[in-house]
Amino acid sequence: MLKNDLVDTIREKALWMRRRAFTMVYDAQLGHPGGDFSAIDIIATLYFGVMRYDPKKPDMPERDRFIMSKGHATGALYTALCAAGYYPEDWLKTYMQPQSKLNGHPNRNYLPGVETNTGPLGHGLPVALGIAIAGQMTNSDYRTFVLTGDGELQEGSNWEAAMSAGNRKLGKFTLIVDRNRLQQGMGTEETNGLDPLDDKFRAFGWDVEVVDGHDVGALVNALSEPPGGRSKPLCIIANTIKGKGVSFMENKASWHHGVPNAEQYDIAMEELV
Amino acid sequence: MAAPAAKQEGFYDCRDAWARTIEELAENDPRIVAVVNDSVGSSKLGGFQKKFPDRLINVGIAEQNMVGVGAGLANGGRIPFVSAASCFLTGRALEQVKADIAYAGFNVKLVGQSSGVAYGELGPTHHSIEDFAWLRPLSNITMVVPADSWETAEAVKWAAAHEGPVYIRLSRMPVPDLSVEDRKFQPGKAELVRKGSDVTIIACGTMVHLAVQAAVELEAEGISARILNMATITPLDEAAISAAASETGAIVTVEEANIHGGLGGAVAEHTSANLPVPIERMGFPGFVPTGSVEWLFDHFGLTAAGIARSARKAIGRKRG
Repeated sequence: MLKNDLVDTIREKALWMRRRAFTMVYDAQLGHPGGDFSAIDIIATLYFGVMRYDPKKPDMPERDRFIMSKGHATGALYTALCAAGYYPEDWLKTYMQPQSKLNGHPNRNYLPGVETNTGPLGHGLPVALGIAIAGQMTNSDYRTFVLTGDGELQEGSNWEAAMSAGNRKLGKFTLIVDRNRLQQGMGTEETNGLDPLDDKFRAFGWDVEVVDGHDVGALVNALSEPPGGRSKPLCIIANTIKGKGVSFMENKASWHHGVPNAEQYDIAMEELV
Repeated sequence: MAAPAAKQEGFYDCRDAWARTIEELAENDPRIVAVVNDSVGSSKLGGFQKKFPDRLINVGIAEQNMVGVGAGLANGGRIPFVSAASCFLTGRALEQVKADIAYAGFNVKLVGQSSGVAYGELGPTHHSIEDFAWLRPLSNITMVVPADSWETAEAVKWAAAHEGPVYIRLSRMPVPDLSVEDRKFQPGKAELVRKGSDVTIIACGTMVHLAVQAAVELEAEGISARILNMATITPLDEAAISAAASETGAIVTVEEANIHGGLGGAVAEHTSANLPVPIERMGFPGFVPTGSVEWLFDHFGLTAAGIARSARKAIGRKRG
């Protein structure tokens, strides 16, 4: 696929994911739409422009892995897996309903394509690290991607894993930080500041790239493996906007787990085109 | 580190059986890997490291990462044995054990070393007497507490072959091999170590051989004590407990653990709901004072004489 076509395809998928995720949240009157929307372009780029997988063989050993450490942003993850062909769209209608496979946080035993159960923050990076180590030990070709929130990096377990990954020179390991600068209550920097985040990861032995997390072309470039591969793990700091795509949601911490009323839903649907 | 217990003839540190067995298994199954937190020595994995340097992952002093890495290794098709002092493995990384291992259901084997009060004088920060209560509700983790070297080896072999999360709780206190005919390790089944009809002593781990000694003492007084080695805490052998309650009418539980929420708690939950009988729960009531392992066992009555005393008390509480 030509680069421009690829970018268009990813954008189309991302638009569908935003509309579908927001509808899920509206129907359930539950969810985390702000964080869904900051992450969707990243996840769409991974599933529709970068990763190798076969939805018919979700356990294929050589698949690339994506670990959604910010497990609360299920609107983004579930729509991506659905669009990727892991399950039919009907399943999305059950979001957070009793006995649904689409729990408020993902469960690998409920849904194909979910690599591990997340929800409590600071869990995805260590698990992803283990997957990457397994790949390194067995000389496998698969890549391991993990998406964390930025506020989530206040959890110490991430830094245990970051240190270990840097020391192990895991060239097929990529962390993407959804750097929307807002956690559930207020800004990350006014809560427990993370900057300079790039320097932190470099000091831990990682390559670091800073990109616009809504620029799909830039994301494709950053996420693609360079010729000859890498000799260090890669941290992509994706600068994003919480609530991206809907005017009244953008950069508002209250949309971390805010849910729309009917009027807000209609406005959002008009804007998401 | 705690001073090693005086060497006694015929007493063995179960960690040696663990180390021997994991090395043997790893020879034949390249999927088996070990994950440690700077705990190669205390896990007795020096031999494993020499033989399989690329299959020992030392994450350093970082238990949350250690357990998460274990889950990830299982995702990547490995069979990880995550081995660390049980106090840190289960306490420091409890949320990882819950979410990444139990809830996610990964095929990870957690091996808690130097459990109970094995670290003696180092005190309650280094004791692991809460682990039963913490892990019992995580009911898809099979929790095994071997009583001797033979059972340790069998439990490790079984865990490697079993698809699903397992917690194996080992001590560093030397224990003698139990004398049981035709032994076969059956997870989820109590092992009948000694027949008896007046009282049942249900013990696990380091306490089983002491319970056997107590039964010998009681026999001299004409008291017939049944001994069950409850090596699996989860899932619990409820049928054996029911039989003990209905056939002997009194129960003593003995564990190197906090009496709240552990083996005794589990037995009491089952009998109180089904066949209420007098129960004496032996173990530790909470954080323990400073002292050697031997002193702590003695202080809390975890001796043959102490167990026999509890057995008499339980029998005395029978109705009619």
